[in-house]
Amino acid sequence: MRVGVLTFPGSNCDHDVYHVVKHVCGADPVYVWHKDRLPEKLGAVVIPGGFSYGDYLRCGALARFSPVMEDVAAFAKAGGPVLGICNGFQILCEAGLLPGVLLRNASLKYICRDVTLKVDGQETPVTRGLIGRTLTMPIAHGDGNYFADPATLDRLEGEGNVVFRYVGGAPNGAARDIAGISAGPRRNVVGLMPHPERASEAILGRDDGKRLFEALFAA
Amino acid sequence: MKPRMAKKARVYVTLKRGVLDPQGSAVNRALHAMGYGEVSDVRLGKFIEVTVDERRPEADERKRLEEMCRKLLANTVIEDFRIEL
Repeated sequence: MRVGVLTFPGSNCDHDVYHVVKHVCGADPVYVWHKDRLPEKLGAVVIPGGFSYGDYLRCGALARFSPVMEDVAAFAKAGGPVLGICNGFQILCEAGLLPGVLLRNASLKYICRDVTLKVDGQETPVTRGLIGRTLTMPIAHGDGNYFADPATLDRLEGEGNVVFRYVGGAPNGAARDIAGISAGPRRNVVGLMPHPERASEAILGRDDGKRLFEALFAA
Repeated sequence: MKPRMAKKARVYVTLKRGVLDPQGSAVNRALHAMGYGEVSDVRLGKFIEVTVDERRPEADERKRLEEMCRKLLANTVIEDFRIEL
């Protein structure tokens, strides 16, 4: 599968994602600069973590206006799988492709540590066959405190679109322990704060995160 | 070239009521620790100065500033905005 890995000024997990997609999973990644258009015949798009535009104004607020995001919106609307990790999740929220917003962590501290997640909700392209499992992978963010109004949260839960939850309470204050959500015609747009690409090789600690990429490529 | 006639618009972006403001809470606690016990709440927001061409009619410019706020300057999921022209 050909996978577009977006690079914004300030992205810093794009190489990690590229590495996991290519060398761990054997798929075919291609970097896409934010000012370019999406190439043809992509099977998926990953928006990696980092600090696009230095997090100026709000995390992800400026990146959403990059030319490539128009194509990402069209790709998502057509049912193409889009995975936003950390800053990628923030960008998808700012772009309106996912509901809600990621606020400053309740502790005001940048948190960098492993968390355990429960895979919840209905199946998405990255959670196929994983519902109910727990996965451990790191978070590394200052703004991961998921917020939406209660009606939106109820709707997300009712529709099975809360797809990752922190086990043992959200470290960042996120509403209803939400670590990741989905949207789109086939739940094909998924955003999560934890970093699956940083937990994809046992030799580097653990490989729970690889399951998400494997689920995506098994489709 | 004629010099551009500029004026400044002031945009205030504030968190909606009901949205937790951990930074405001931290500042509130600091003020208490400093002895300002009369403070009961602190909310932080953003002040944005936007320089615009003053030849555009004010009603028109206000409309455009509102559009800028909704599209970029504020995230209306969590923030309100107020424009002074």
